[in-house]
Amino acid sequence: MRFSALALVWEALNGNKGWRPQWRDASPKDAYDVVIVGGGGHGLATAHYLAKVHGITNVAVLEKGYVGSGNVGRNTTIIRSNYLLPPNTAFYEWSLKLWEGLEQDINYNAMVSQRGVLNLFHSDAQRDAFARRGNAMRLHGIDAELIDRDGVRRLAPLVDLDNARFPVKGGLFQPRGGTVRHDAVAWGFARAADSRGVDICQNCEVTGIRVEQGRVTGVETTKGFVRAKKVGLAAAGNSSRVAAMAGLRLPIESHVLQAFVSEGIKPLVDTVVTFGAGHFYVSQSDKGGLVFGGDIDGYNSYAQRGGLGLVENVMEEAVAMMPALGRLRVLRNWGGIMDMSMDGSPIIGTTPIDGLFLNAGWCYGGFKATPASGWCFAHTIATGAPHALNAGFRLDRFATGALIDEKGAGANPAHH
Amino acid sequence: MRIRCPYCGERSVDEFVAMGPADLARPAADAPDEAFFAYVYERENPRGAHRELYYHAYGCHAWLAVSRDTLLHEVRTAEPMMPIEAEGETP
Repeated sequence: MRFSALALVWEALNGNKGWRPQWRDASPKDAYDVVIVGGGGHGLATAHYLAKVHGITNVAVLEKGYVGSGNVGRNTTIIRSNYLLPPNTAFYEWSLKLWEGLEQDINYNAMVSQRGVLNLFHSDAQRDAFARRGNAMRLHGIDAELIDRDGVRRLAPLVDLDNARFPVKGGLFQPRGGTVRHDAVAWGFARAADSRGVDICQNCEVTGIRVEQGRVTGVETTKGFVRAKKVGLAAAGNSSRVAAMAGLRLPIESHVLQAFVSEGIKPLVDTVVTFGAGHFYVSQSDKGGLVFGGDIDGYNSYAQRGGLGLVENVMEEAVAMMPALGRLRVLRNWGGIMDMSMDGSPIIGTTPIDGLFLNAGWCYGGFKATPASGWCFAHTIATGAPHALNAGFRLDRFATGALIDEKGAGANPAHH
Repeated sequence: MRIRCPYCGERSVDEFVAMGPADLARPAADAPDEAFFAYVYERENPRGAHRELYYHAYGCHAWLAVSRDTLLHEVRTAEPMMPIEAEGETP
């Protein structure tokens, strides 16, 4: 069923009895051309682009829980393409372009809202760094504006410009950045992939990867063995565990990142605003709640919940940047497991095992990358070689030294 | 999470800085590149029991080897990574 204004009116007049489940709850068949491990945003996007761009529809997406239960439903919904280093700049801009046409592409209202992303800076040195990043973006044809204190005041009146310790000197603004409703991204990609014949198998955990003579032949699951010519891993925080089933050791640690949402209020924060003197980001959902987050807790974790120390830290940053937020009540908070890579950049590409492909290492930044990640991963799986956009995100860059360390933090995953 | 520091007693994890896996052995200076690659970049990243280093930054400044479950956040043991010499014994 296609969604349209006409369909809405028709169903409204007919008691809404015609709506159907948006995708089939499939059980895995014996064999597929491609099996994707992980039914999150990236896995489902990969399946969609495999079917749509490359015509490969004999595909299964195997998800250990339910669609939307992992990081695709746990992030703070921000999209942007304000990166400095070459592979990142072009890749994330492609992602933003795909976001801009996504709703038409998958016929689904993902509430893509280009309300702008404002990164505050608090010192002359930080202004220089942000100006450099903005220049790199503009050289790639990406929108970026360096704005002064008055500009910040206009865009985000609640910001405490004269904070005694971290006075705001200005900001780098990307007007095309914004937010997307993250659940709708998971559902929309699932529905789009399903409509082209992809099997989405929920509650189907992969327990082993079968490799014969250096070539992948299929995966063991809780619903039996599934033969596959190619297997793509898109397991986010569980990437190390899944890759270990094929004997791979990854340059990744899993860490917990918490996110928060406040009670719903009238429009208060119009753009995405980030605090440059710490690590804090906030936006307001269309429902009215403020959605915000900060740093990872700092220790290895698979628990999907963090500690109170980080909660306190995030709240301190919130009221340092926007003192008025101190009057709000937090409704809930939760944790997601980040696949923190050793240089802070993702891995999309081939592995030493024939037919086995890897999509991992997304650190904090996986959500905004969802469409381009799926698009590039689908290309890599379909053709057996990376696209120019993800050629830099190879797994062997850690051995060769071609690292992409946006933050310059070195080989410590907790610091990216 | 609370860690029982052998010197200070049970303290909040917020007093400590997590410093990564405790059992990474630095290869010899003449070891091949592959050994250094594995040491610097590859991680076990277990879901469950994990031995890791904690630095008691807001306490006694000791380095501790902590056995902790990464799924349950349960801290099992915490012992000195490098024993501190008693007074008068330091060279």
